[in-house]
Amino acid sequence: MAANVEQLLETAARLRRETGDDLHGRITEAIYTDAGEIADRAVSRDETTPGGIHLDQFFDRVLTSRLWGFPLMVLMLMVVFWLTIAGANVPSAMLAQLLQGTVYDALHNAAQAVGAPWWLSGFLIDGVYLATAWVISVMLPPMAIFFPLFTLLEDLGYLPRVAFNLDRLFKRSGAHGKQSLTMMMGYGCNAAGVVSTRIIDSPRERLIAIITNNFSICNGRWPTLILIGTIFIGATAPPMLASFIAASSVVAVAILGIIFTLLVSAFLSRTWLKGEASSFSLELPPYRPPRIWQTIYTSIIDRTLIVLKRAVIMAAPAGAVVWLISNVYVGGDSVANHLIQWLDPVGLALGLNGVILLAYVVAIPANEIVVPTILMLTLNAAKSSLAQTGVMIELEDDAQIYQVLTQMGGWTFLTGMNLMLFSLLHNPCSTTIMTIWQETRSVKWTTVASLLPIGIGVVVCLLTATVARLLF
Amino acid sequence: MTLNQLGVGRKATVKKVYSESAERRRMLDLGILPGTVVETVMSSPLGDPVAYRIRSAVVALRREQAELIEVQENFTADEMESRG
Amino acid sequence: MSVYVETATAAKECGACPSTSCNTAHLTRLGIKMDDWDYVVALAGNPNTGKSTLFNAWTGLRQHVGNWNGKTVTRAEGALRYNDRKFKLVDLPGTYSLLSMSVHEEVARDFVLFGRPDVTVVVVDANRLERGLHLVLQTLEITDRVVVCLNLIDEARRNNLKIDERALARDLGVPVVPTAVRHGEGLPELLRVVDEMAQGRYPTRPHRLNYRDAALEAAVAQLAGQLEGMFPGLPNARWVALRLLENDESIIRAVREGTLGDLQRPDAFPELMQLEAR
Repeated sequence: MAANVEQLLETAARLRRETGDDLHGRITEAIYTDAGEIADRAVSRDETTPGGIHLDQFFDRVLTSRLWGFPLMVLMLMVVFWLTIAGANVPSAMLAQLLQGTVYDALHNAAQAVGAPWWLSGFLIDGVYLATAWVISVMLPPMAIFFPLFTLLEDLGYLPRVAFNLDRLFKRSGAHGKQSLTMMMGYGCNAAGVVSTRIIDSPRERLIAIITNNFSICNGRWPTLILIGTIFIGATAPPMLASFIAASSVVAVAILGIIFTLLVSAFLSRTWLKGEASSFSLELPPYRPPRIWQTIYTSIIDRTLIVLKRAVIMAAPAGAVVWLISNVYVGGDSVANHLIQWLDPVGLALGLNGVILLAYVVAIPANEIVVPTILMLTLNAAKSSLAQTGVMIELEDDAQIYQVLTQMGGWTFLTGMNLMLFSLLHNPCSTTIMTIWQETRSVKWTTVASLLPIGIGVVVCLLTATVARLLF
Repeated sequence: MTLNQLGVGRKATVKKVYSESAERRRMLDLGILPGTVVETVMSSPLGDPVAYRIRSAVVALRREQAELIEVQENFTADEMESRG
Repeated sequence: MSVYVETATAAKECGACPSTSCNTAHLTRLGIKMDDWDYVVALAGNPNTGKSTLFNAWTGLRQHVGNWNGKTVTRAEGALRYNDRKFKLVDLPGTYSLLSMSVHEEVARDFVLFGRPDVTVVVVDANRLERGLHLVLQTLEITDRVVVCLNLIDEARRNNLKIDERALARDLGVPVVPTAVRHGEGLPELLRVVDEMAQGRYPTRPHRLNYRDAALEAAVAQLAGQLEGMFPGLPNARWVALRLLENDESIIRAVREGTLGDLQRPDAFPELMQLEAR
């Protein structure tokens, strides 16, 4: 048998030499010739009525034109975020009132009624429950608006046009053309974005796409940006313009992410991952009218609820950790306060503070819980002084969050802005890090992909903080 | 002429594909073969890549790839006349 | 392969069908619940032709669908029950060809070849028929059990394209079902044809490629003859011969390791699935 096989393979090799070169070309040509003949027999075109092709062409000419291509991309993002920010405001406040107000009070009353010890009700209600409630009220409304809008753009066929518009920039960065598509997958979830880099054949370009995917703002980070953009950036503008300015700040951070993607790609392809951009072809599908209700339904069920579920699962233990470190006292002060004081000098140098850095450590499993953790830590740190004055604080809308952060946390405009920058530029979440390792099987590249973004984040925040200090 | 020189809205017939190995395969799979009629649809805002209609599909190619495809521009009867 | 015994009637269970688009009286979507199955159906096709939409419509799963190429990078699996028969559905990555060497094209090709699905549905965009047929013709060289799903027929109508699916079916020698999967149009008919084909009740006379090249034809004929002698009953000797001529590493490996011969033994199926799953 084995001898037969080798004989067969030898015959194949001999025939290969005899049949001449470009076999693949000749075969493909033959198949296409057959395909063309069959198609010609089956298809007839009704030329009497004008078709829909012209409308497609019109859209394409505008959306990818020299003059309008880029402005329309920015405008599209602006509209999406403006709708998200303006629309999420009221439902967010209502949810907060319900979950942090009514339900929270009812839970405490119930705990008192059954005579639960303070540490148990504190751990469960002020820790686990409150963190979960925060995640839901901060994240659910913006996600329920943002995801359907983004999915509509995707279903329409706009994303490949964005890739088409941006490709020149990617090429100049030595990156693969499809990296713009994996970048956009990252806007949903970086772990999914990293997996999607499998569409890139060249290992060099695939690594670049994996390392830079973290610069795509993911599900977990959009709500942080939207909230901080609203209360720190939007609030500085007159009320009429507030949501517009807030939306602009979020778009600015997203664009900054694209700029960093390009810069880091260019850096990598000129240093450790040297090479030229390889060829690519990108098909631009026809625009399809999206089925609006189905899109809204599936994006709420699939994306919003799945992301929310993950956030809640992560928030509950994070809430427990925050409560524990805030209520376990060592040497006259809570563990949290010790950590915050220890991190404060570094945090302040970066234009942030110790609370934010500690929150990012607690939030390594999931970025979703950064804001709730910050708020809980800030409130807990200020709790002792509050207890003395007898002030009860309820965080039921953005204005109150702003008050707590500025008055109790000592936040400034710089803190808000740098938190937005740091949200873009820090280490990937643990799920993404695991995925990077699974896809690359390389400790070295996983480490680079994890530390490079936070390294850049530290440098950028240090810069803005220093400039701000020199100016003001 | 090569495909990258074909103006927007113009059609041409592929003469030869000069790319090699994996890239050549990709071109062939997309249906870019000698005899195929292609049309330039639009160029991206920065001028590269350019989208072409190939067998009813719109496909974007970077300049380096389009340069490897030799084409002959198709003229209508009127255009042939005016060109003499 | 064990025969699946169904106790409840499928039609009754369909009352609990979650989606309003459940317009097939005997279809039950089983999601990822597949402990055993009677038939395996592969979904192949060019990128962005609606494969994943079809997969979702049949399994009730929600594989991510978007209007751009290259979303499905690995294959997804799901299940459905139709007329008391259980089908395992495999959504393959979108490919333009089965001849290329890129990683995700190989996933698709290897499954059609080594996974030996009972039916391969090739989803074709009616607006880009030529390119879709390029893949159909290649698939027909590997397997006879092909159903062509002529999708996006609604868009084709809007573009004033008239497609004579009977002529198409005659030329290809396999059934062609026009569909608009997004709107559920043609899905019951497609499922009926797939079911019949899976049971072997649908005779096919697949189109054979003409390589229009005397030297190539002679070489293919010679190698195919040798292959048929070594592996009696090999259904796609001409195609394997062509791959050997093109020096295709994975086919050469299959010939060397004898896995090509195993394709003849019906009980080889489970191992081959494992092999494929590596």
